[in-house]
Amino acid sequence: MEYEPIIGLEVHAQLLTRSKIFCGCSTTFGALPNTHTCPVCLGMPGSLPVLNENVVEFTIRMALATHCQIAAISQFARKNYFYPDLPKGYQISQYELPLAEKGWVEIETQRGPQRIRINRIHMEEDAGKLIHDEFQPVSHVDFNRTGVPLIEIVSEPDLRTPEDAASYLKMLRETLRYLEICDGNMEEGSMRCDANISLRPVGTERLGTKTELKNMNSFRNVQRALEFEIRRQRALLEKGETIIQETRLWDTGRNTTVSMRGKEEAHDYRYFPDPDLVAIVIDEQWIERVRGSLPELPDAKRERFMRDYELPPYDAQVLTSSKALADYFEAAVQRFAQPKLVSNWIMSELLRELKKDEKDIEGCQVTPQQLAELLELIDKDIISGKIAKSVFQEMYTTGRSAAGIIDDQGLKQVKDESAIESVIDEVLAENNKEVELFRGGKEKLFGFFVGQVMKKTKGKANPKLVNEILRKKL
Amino acid sequence: MEIFSLTMHDLHELLVRRELSVTEAVRSFLERIQTFNGKLNAYLTVLAEQALQEADRFDNGKKDLTESPLAGVPLAIKDVLCTRGIRTSCGSRILQQFVPPFDATAVEALHRAGAIFLGKTNMDEFAMGSSNENSAYGPCRNPWDLERVPGGSSGGSAAAVAADLCAGALGTDTGGSIRQPASFCGVVGLKPTYGRVSRFGLVAFASSLDQIGPITKDVEDAAILLQAVAGYDRRDSTSVDRPVPDYREALRTPIEGLKLGIPQEYFIDGMNPDVVQAVQRAIQTCRDLGAEIVDLSLPHTDYGVAAYYIIAPAEASSNLARYDGVKYGFRVPDAKDLMDMYCQSRVNGFGFEVKRRIMLGTYALSAGYYDAYYRKASQVRSLIKQDFLAAFEKCDALLAPVSPVPAFKIGEKSDDPLQMYLSDVFTLPASLAGVPGISVPCGFTAEQLPVGLQILGPHFQEELILRVAFHYEQATRDQRPKPAVL
Repeated sequence: MEYEPIIGLEVHAQLLTRSKIFCGCSTTFGALPNTHTCPVCLGMPGSLPVLNENVVEFTIRMALATHCQIAAISQFARKNYFYPDLPKGYQISQYELPLAEKGWVEIETQRGPQRIRINRIHMEEDAGKLIHDEFQPVSHVDFNRTGVPLIEIVSEPDLRTPEDAASYLKMLRETLRYLEICDGNMEEGSMRCDANISLRPVGTERLGTKTELKNMNSFRNVQRALEFEIRRQRALLEKGETIIQETRLWDTGRNTTVSMRGKEEAHDYRYFPDPDLVAIVIDEQWIERVRGSLPELPDAKRERFMRDYELPPYDAQVLTSSKALADYFEAAVQRFAQPKLVSNWIMSELLRELKKDEKDIEGCQVTPQQLAELLELIDKDIISGKIAKSVFQEMYTTGRSAAGIIDDQGLKQVKDESAIESVIDEVLAENNKEVELFRGGKEKLFGFFVGQVMKKTKGKANPKLVNEILRKKL
Repeated sequence: MEIFSLTMHDLHELLVRRELSVTEAVRSFLERIQTFNGKLNAYLTVLAEQALQEADRFDNGKKDLTESPLAGVPLAIKDVLCTRGIRTSCGSRILQQFVPPFDATAVEALHRAGAIFLGKTNMDEFAMGSSNENSAYGPCRNPWDLERVPGGSSGGSAAAVAADLCAGALGTDTGGSIRQPASFCGVVGLKPTYGRVSRFGLVAFASSLDQIGPITKDVEDAAILLQAVAGYDRRDSTSVDRPVPDYREALRTPIEGLKLGIPQEYFIDGMNPDVVQAVQRAIQTCRDLGAEIVDLSLPHTDYGVAAYYIIAPAEASSNLARYDGVKYGFRVPDAKDLMDMYCQSRVNGFGFEVKRRIMLGTYALSAGYYDAYYRKASQVRSLIKQDFLAAFEKCDALLAPVSPVPAFKIGEKSDDPLQMYLSDVFTLPASLAGVPGISVPCGFTAEQLPVGLQILGPHFQEELILRVAFHYEQATRDQRPKPAVL
C-alpha cells in the first residue's frame, strides 16, 4: 500500500525585542549566567508581569505577513508544569484566545506552489537553561533566557513531504528576517521546530496516529528526522502494527528518533486565563499602523523582480531568498542596468563562491558597485567574459576593484586588428595540417584555431575580431 | 487615654503638636507588644530597632511630621506583603527564610508617607483560612476572648489593631480576609475595589480576587490609610488608572437621602440571632440618619461559596507552583532526585489547608474537568457580578452582616472545612464581583463578642461606603468598649 505523510510544524521564534516580554531585563544573548534577571522574570513571590508592547507589535507584523486574522481581544494563559528552568511553575502563553489565527503562506514544492495554512500565532515567554556540572552530580539554572519573548507559529497539517517541511521553514525564516523580528538562527535556538507527523493510505481521508518530533536544531535535521519517521511508521504499518501516539526525540548522532514519552505520560498543562494580565485589545488603527510600517515581503518582492526586471521566476526566487541578497542585486542593477546579466553573475559566480566558503551575502567583500563596474567593463569590451571570471575571483578574495586588477595584470582586451592578424598568421603557419583538414570540410576545427589565438594572447584578444579575421584568412 | 489606644489621626495630631515624641509613641506600642504578643501571637516579626531608628529621624528633625497624616504613625503589615530586607513568610514554613529584595507598592507608599513599621503580622498560611489557625507559626488569638479565633486570614493585623499593638494595619482580602477578622475583633476593615490598590508585592493567593486594604480603629483612619495606598501602578497590569478621590473629605457629607439596600439572601437560617439583631439595629440607625432602606435580592448569593472555592484554589494551585524548593524557601536536604525534591519540599513546606486547596484547584483545572468546574464557576462569577450591578441600580449601597456568626472557638471548625468555608458566605460574593466592602463594628453578642456591619458599594465607590460607615460610627460612638481581657 502507498502511504501519504501528513506533516504539521510548530515553530518557535525568539523575538528581537530589546527587553523581555514581561519585565525590563535585557534579552542580549551570551551574558554571564543570571545577570539579566529581576524579581519578575525570576518569578519571585509578589512579583507581577507587565506586557512589553513591542512583543505585541512584532507578533502583529508576523500575523500580517502570514495573512492571519488578528483577534480584537486576545488573552494570556498559564501553562502549568514543573521544571527547574521554569521559575513560576507555569509558562505564560496563550491558549483559548491567541493573538492571530487562520493565516497562510505559499511555498514552492515539486507539485507546484502550495498554500500552507497557519492555524495560529501566539505569544509566550521562553524558559531558562539548565547547565549540568560535568564533574559533580549538580545542575545549575541560568535564568537569563527566562522571559525572552517567543512567538509560536502552528501550521495546519498541510505539508506532505520532508522537503515541503524544509521549504515551509525556510519561508518562515525569511519572513521573520524580512520583518526584522527574529534572526532565525536554528543552531543557536532562536528558531526552533517541533513536527507532528502521521501516515495514511493514499486516497483516504482519515488521519493516522501521529507522533511528535522534537530536538531538531537545523533545517537538515528537520528533514532527516521526518524522513526517518516516515520510514519507521511505514515499516510498522506494513507489518500491520499500530503507531503509538508519543513524543519522540531526534538523535542526530545516531540518525534516529527515540521515544521520549507516551500519551499516558503527556502533561496535563491545566491551562487557564492568567489573572495577572489584562486582555490584549488590538484595534484597527493599530493593525493599520503596523501594516503601513511593514517592509516589502518575499512574495511581493519576487513578483516585483519578475515584473520590473523581467527576470525568470527562478532568478526572482533565488534573489529574494534573503533581503540582503535582494538588496545587493538592486544596488548592482542601479549602477549597471542589465538585470538579467547582474542576476546571472550573482547566481553563478557570486553565490558559488559564497557557498564554497559557507558565507552569507553580508560577508561578501565585493560590493554591488564593484560587481556592476566589472560587468560594465565586459559590456564595453574592455575585457572578455572569460577574463572577467578570473578578475572576479581576484576581487572576491582581495576585495579590490576590477579596474585595479585589470591594470595591474595588463588584462585589457587587444582590439588592434593588425596585432590580432599577425598572431593569426602565426597560428595558421604553425598548424598546416589542421588548416588542410579545415579546408577539407572539418569545420569543427574553427574552435581550435580560436583557442590557439587566445592562448597566444593570454585571452586578451577581442573574440569578435578574432572570429572575423580567422574566417577571412581561412 | 493611653497613647496606644489612640486612633491614627488623633495620634498624628499629638505628634504634630509636639505633645508627644514619635519615639515615645513607638515605645508605647513596642512595650505593649512585648507584654501581650506572647498571649496573642499577632506579630510574627517585630521590627523594634528599625522602628526606633525611624522614630528618631522624626524627633531629630530629619523627617517632617506634617508631610502626611501617616508621618510618624506606627503601623503593622500583614506578612503576605513583601518588605525589602525583612522576612516575608506568608505564615508558611516554605517561606520561613524568604527575604524579598523589594517592597510591595503599598508598603513603599506607606514608607513614602512616613509611616513607621512595627512588624509583620500573623496570618493563615498564604491567606488561606478564616481563623488564623492555618498559620505555620501558631494561631493568633482574639483579644476579646483568648480562646477564640481572631478571624482570618488577616487575623494578626485585626488582633493587633484591636489590642492596641499598633495604630493601624494593612491586611489583604481575597474572600473576606480583611472584613471578617475586622468584624471578629471589633475594628474597621475595608476591602477596596479590585484594581484600586496595586497588588505588586502582595504574595498571590488568588490573583483575580486579592486586594490590599486597611484595618483600623475607626473609619477616618481607614480613609487615611486607603488614601495612601490607592492608585494606579504600572507594575500591576490589573490596577486601574483612574483618579483617587479625597476619601477623608468625602466623609463629611451626611448620608441623608441615600438609598441603602438590604439583600434578603444575607439573612438566613442558622445565623447567630445576636448577629442578626445587631445588624438590624444598625440598619435602624442608618434609617434614623435619614437613609432610605430598601429590601432587595442578590439572587445568586447561594452559589458564591461554590464558585469561590473553585476559582480561588484553581488560581492558588498555579500561584503556589513556584514554591518548588529550587530557588528560595524551604528545600528538603536529602532528596533522591528532582521529583523527590519537589514532592518532599512541598509536602513538608506547606500546611494541610494549603495542600487541600492546591489539590482542589489542580483538580478543577484538569483536562476533562475544566469546563464542569473552572469554566462553570467563572460563569457563576459573572452572574454574581450582575446581581450587584442590578442591585446598585436600585440603591446606593448595601447593608449586610459580615459573618453569620461571631468569633468561634479555636479548634471548633478546624476539623470541618466545609463549615469553615460556609462561614465566608457573606463576604465571598463581593470579592467575586470585585466591589468594595467595609466592616464596621455594630455591637456585641450576649457573650461580648464583636459583630460587624458590612457595607458594600459599587465599583470604585470607596468614598461612599466609607461615608456610610463614618456616619453610622459617629452615631454609635459611645458604644465602643475595649477588649477587657487584656
